[in-house]
Amino acid sequence: MALDRWIALIILGIALAYGYAAYFTMDQLLPPFMQRNPIWPSTFPKVLAVMAIFTSLVIVLGLEKPSGEAATPDIDYRRLGDYKIGQAACLLGLMVAYALLLRPAGFLLSTAGFLTLGGMILGERKLWVLFPVAALATGVVWYLVEGVLGIFLRPLPFFLG
Amino acid sequence: MLEGLTIGLSTAFSITNILMVIGGCLIGTFIGMLPGLGPMSIIAIMIPVAITLGDPSAALILLAGVYYGAIFGGSTSSILLNAPGVAGTVATSFDGYPMARAGKAGKALTIAAISSFMGGTIGAVLLMIFAPMLSTVALLFHSAEYFALMVVGLSAIAAFAGTGNVAKAVMMTLLGLMMATVGEGALFNMPRFTMGLMDLQSGFSFITLAMAMFALPEAIFLVMNPARSAQSGQDGGKITGLRITRDEARKIAPVIGRQSIQGFFIGVLPGAGATIASFLGYAVERNIASEEEQKEFGKGSIKGLAAPETANNAACTGSFVPLLTLGIPGSGTTAILLGALIALNVTPGPRLMIDSPHIFWAVIISMYIGNLVLLVLNLPLIPYIAKVLSVPRTYLIPFILFFTLMGSYIGQNNATELLILVGFGVCATVLRFADYPLAPLLIGFILGRMLEDNFSRSMQIYDGAAFILDRPMTLGLLVLAILLVVVPSYRARRARARAAGVADGD
Repeated sequence: MALDRWIALIILGIALAYGYAAYFTMDQLLPPFMQRNPIWPSTFPKVLAVMAIFTSLVIVLGLEKPSGEAATPDIDYRRLGDYKIGQAACLLGLMVAYALLLRPAGFLLSTAGFLTLGGMILGERKLWVLFPVAALATGVVWYLVEGVLGIFLRPLPFFLG
Repeated sequence: MLEGLTIGLSTAFSITNILMVIGGCLIGTFIGMLPGLGPMSIIAIMIPVAITLGDPSAALILLAGVYYGAIFGGSTSSILLNAPGVAGTVATSFDGYPMARAGKAGKALTIAAISSFMGGTIGAVLLMIFAPMLSTVALLFHSAEYFALMVVGLSAIAAFAGTGNVAKAVMMTLLGLMMATVGEGALFNMPRFTMGLMDLQSGFSFITLAMAMFALPEAIFLVMNPARSAQSGQDGGKITGLRITRDEARKIAPVIGRQSIQGFFIGVLPGAGATIASFLGYAVERNIASEEEQKEFGKGSIKGLAAPETANNAACTGSFVPLLTLGIPGSGTTAILLGALIALNVTPGPRLMIDSPHIFWAVIISMYIGNLVLLVLNLPLIPYIAKVLSVPRTYLIPFILFFTLMGSYIGQNNATELLILVGFGVCATVLRFADYPLAPLLIGFILGRMLEDNFSRSMQIYDGAAFILDRPMTLGLLVLAILLVVVPSYRARRARARAAGVADGD
């Protein structure tokens, strides 16, 4: 089974869970006076769930045949090993680390670190260029966001203020 | 009207106001280019600046300039990086980005600039003529028709996603609609589908989702396939072929003409706006193009680029009509403008033209000036803008990732949002592997709330689903929506049958 049908199967699961929540759990919380309304909070989700289950079934069962010429995808997932998937995974991990460190480590440190490490993961080895550029960019962005736009970003780690 | 024009001219042509237009356009273009910072956030950010100006017409002129600039900047990043910061420029990237990858980035930017200029200018003329009359058209629509109109928009979007992919596109639209139901809506005072998580209480953020659907997968693809960035990097150094030929101009002229009018009228309808205008414009031009031109759509067709660019700028102008004549914002951006106007003690509505004509006309005149500034400013700047592409990827990619992170962080000021961003980004990348179109998901998400609100309102007014049959216009629009989804797959089936040598008796 091709990847797109596996994905449709997963979406079918999501739609079933969504539909279950809409049909069997939401209405119990409804106060009696609202039950006289023609529209309930669950009405629209119920319609959506039915349509989503139907559509995902169409894809899973392959009822709609793809048109003649197959589009050439940018990346062929069947040859995933040929691509630099390790680098991509490292960068995603770095983004998660940034999300977790932004508050405790402060904006300046985590951003400069993110830009430097990101460049290094991609193969940049000229640290004497990379780090100053990252530090400068961090400073400029911080000044723009904090000074010009007036959005607060804690600049320093938590133990320094 | 002539009297109004002279008032407008004298107000708009003061030194301060001209500076406001130029400054607004510049700020808008530069910030709008950064993926994820769309006109909504930029205008929201500029409101404190505008309010300190004190003069309502200067403030509105500044904000309108920022709006245009941001739309243009958004098209630029759509074309060069395939990272639309705004939903309204998503359709621009369909043909603009393939052109840039084919080494025709200069031409793509020129076409975008000219189409935007023409769309905005024709839109401004139409606004001036029709503003008083058009308010009556919008008044004819009830929530039942709004609901039906949005359904038509969504199915048009699903239908354009590709002849063989209608089911997938419909699936993505439905997924977007489902995601829009997460959180606490205005209509019902209860959280839905939050799974008890506080962070989902206010629903998913549009900016986060837009970043996760477009900017992040693009960046991941750039990392995974270095050849991809090398392709654009080569041509990024020097943009050649800025000029368009007479033949190309002749090709896009009718597109611009049609789409500025269509886009304007779609922009006038509240809730439709630049996004639907650009997608519908793209779909319409694709459908009426000749057979061999149709094949070029999505692979770098100049018509496919000119259509959404013209339509979204015309729609931006059109969206000022309900704001200025009825006091009803037609889109998220005009809603923010409405907030700014009220803060400045101006009440937009039918009385605005009578009570403060200088504000009304100065805004219209500033639209001409703004469009001119964008054309004069952006065409010469194009080679410099394109320098973004010659930055080495070891620098460019971390910065793109950083801006996606920053965009969703600034919107919500919440670090959990960043984790949601990464999670959705990974899902979106997998969906792209399997050739699922992502734009319908985002549009479904944006329209979801409005769609449900209008649906619920009509259900309440008609005490059930009777409104579908009671209002012929609603019924007609809904039938059109079904046809839009069914006909392409039916046609594809027939074409296949014919290709297989089966007699087409169906």
